[in-house]
Amino acid sequence: MITPNRPHRLPCRPCSLLLPVLLTILFASGAMAQSDAPRWQAPENLIIEDNPNDNGHGLFLKWTPSPDDAELLVYEIWRVPTPGAPESEWFMVGSAPRGSEEYKYFDSDETMQGEINPAFVPIGKELQLCIRGRAVDGSVSAWTPIMAGTGRGNWYHKGKTNILVFMLLFGSAVFYFISSSKRGKELFIRPIPGLSAVDEAIGRATEMGTPILYVLGTGTASDIATIAGYTILSRVAHRTAEYQTDILVPVNDPVMLAMGQEVVKAAYTKAGRPEVYNPDNVSYVSAMQFPYVAAVNGLMTREKPATCFYMGVFHAESLLLAETGSGTGAIQISGTDQLAQIPFFVAATDYTLIGEELYAASAYLSQEPSQIGPLKAQDWTKVAIIIFIIVGILTLTFTSWDGILKLVQTPV
Amino acid sequence: MKKSIPILIVFITGIVMVMQYFVPHAASEFLFTYANDFVIVIGILALPLGIFSLMRGTVKKAIKDPKERFYALATIIGFLVMVLSGLQRSQFTTPGTLLQNLFNYIMIPCQATIFSMLAFYIASAAYRAFRIRTLLASVLLVTAFIVMMRIIPLPEPLSSWNSSLVQWILAVPNMAAKRAIIIGVGLGAISYSMKIILGIERGYMGGE
Repeated sequence: MITPNRPHRLPCRPCSLLLPVLLTILFASGAMAQSDAPRWQAPENLIIEDNPNDNGHGLFLKWTPSPDDAELLVYEIWRVPTPGAPESEWFMVGSAPRGSEEYKYFDSDETMQGEINPAFVPIGKELQLCIRGRAVDGSVSAWTPIMAGTGRGNWYHKGKTNILVFMLLFGSAVFYFISSSKRGKELFIRPIPGLSAVDEAIGRATEMGTPILYVLGTGTASDIATIAGYTILSRVAHRTAEYQTDILVPVNDPVMLAMGQEVVKAAYTKAGRPEVYNPDNVSYVSAMQFPYVAAVNGLMTREKPATCFYMGVFHAESLLLAETGSGTGAIQISGTDQLAQIPFFVAATDYTLIGEELYAASAYLSQEPSQIGPLKAQDWTKVAIIIFIIVGILTLTFTSWDGILKLVQTPV
Repeated sequence: MKKSIPILIVFITGIVMVMQYFVPHAASEFLFTYANDFVIVIGILALPLGIFSLMRGTVKKAIKDPKERFYALATIIGFLVMVLSGLQRSQFTTPGTLLQNLFNYIMIPCQATIFSMLAFYIASAAYRAFRIRTLLASVLLVTAFIVMMRIIPLPEPLSSWNSSLVQWILAVPNMAAKRAIIIGVGLGAISYSMKIILGIERGYMGGE
């Protein structure tokens, strides 16, 4: 019974402040307990193995999805830092969408922004991991049992077996055609206009009494196209030594300078005219793209070479060089394996070695059996690739068999 | 001996690097990184050679050719100023230093100027390429005309038709030609690498 005249007692001031705080803590802990308490069943049969085909910094996790998989959003992969560490010290290292049955845990960075990376997977050290599911509303499943696995470096990448087989087959074809060519079998090489014109271009420069410009591009000495450029340079320098015509070779890399000087010097010596060789004709200009272009264009404008060769790796400078050369009236022969630059060279130079023709130059110019053999191997491999493509198209179009596609797939 | 030792080095290095591609082990990765670092070191060690070549050629020009003297001196002065201004590490890290100003307000505009000339060269090269001389040149001209029309605001339904046609040109005949070149380049590169590794190709060393 309430006494009407009895005044209500208000709580004292400290108590009035404490009450909301206590209530907040109570509700918050209740909410946390709700989210942390396993509401769903745990994934099952967790197995942790070494991740195949890697350097040892990876683990491969397999599991059976939770019976409540449809209710979940993701599976969280948690790492137990040390054996027996409390749950509060565990940390998440990855997640996989619901329905997943596997996860690759890979981390090869020992440090991250100068700090030790706790997620790093050391080689040969046992790591403990476990999984749980999480739903959209934040509720979680029970943990799987903690399982351990050890990452180990692998000595063979099984995913690259198709590449290895292809290389062995291609290598066998190369050896076969070299040996058959050496036995005297005549192998036909189709005429390449750009290479047939080399002698004509050198002769023109000799008649006009002007030098030949040979540009090796803006690649490095380790690019295949640059090395192919040196091979052609060797042949061209040999002819210029015979005709006693100057050859100017501005380069953009000190290593290429050393190589260029050696190649030209050896060609002059081979031609029996070492005294004509001038080391200053092979010169370093600049390692930067456009200063290099400016210097070479200046050289073209001043020296007015009768013939310009562009052989190697080219980028945006291809058209800048070729158009300047065209403006000076030079006969120009270009060759590059850079797909984006081929149209520019086709448009601006007289002859262009498109892609593989650049690599075929040495075989074409020398006509040696050991050089021609690999070209025939290339041709037959192309035939095999065309057959593969046609069979692949037909099988995928008319059946659902994608075996060819899987056969040629390579690891990323 | 002068040739056989480099060829042997090329053979061993080439075989090791090919094997490295198939070995994912950390030791293999280390070898690859180490080899690449070595290439950088060789490049740095060769740099004085390049500087010597540049300076020798420029000084010779300055002495022998009066017409070239002004440009040769500009090269020498530019080189010395850049080298001297970059001797202190702070020149690279602090904004607004002499080195950075020279780079930002002289080097970059000069490079941009050279690059921008490409726009005019494309026009002149396209003019020559699109001249109707043969049947193939005519096909090229018509194709280029259709592709360029895509960026012109045409009325409907011309715009949709042209867009579909351009997409087909780029995705089918253009892509087929590109892929054919890529396959050829890939095979050529493998074949050429094999010739280098086996010592068949020696042109880059000055031939036999």
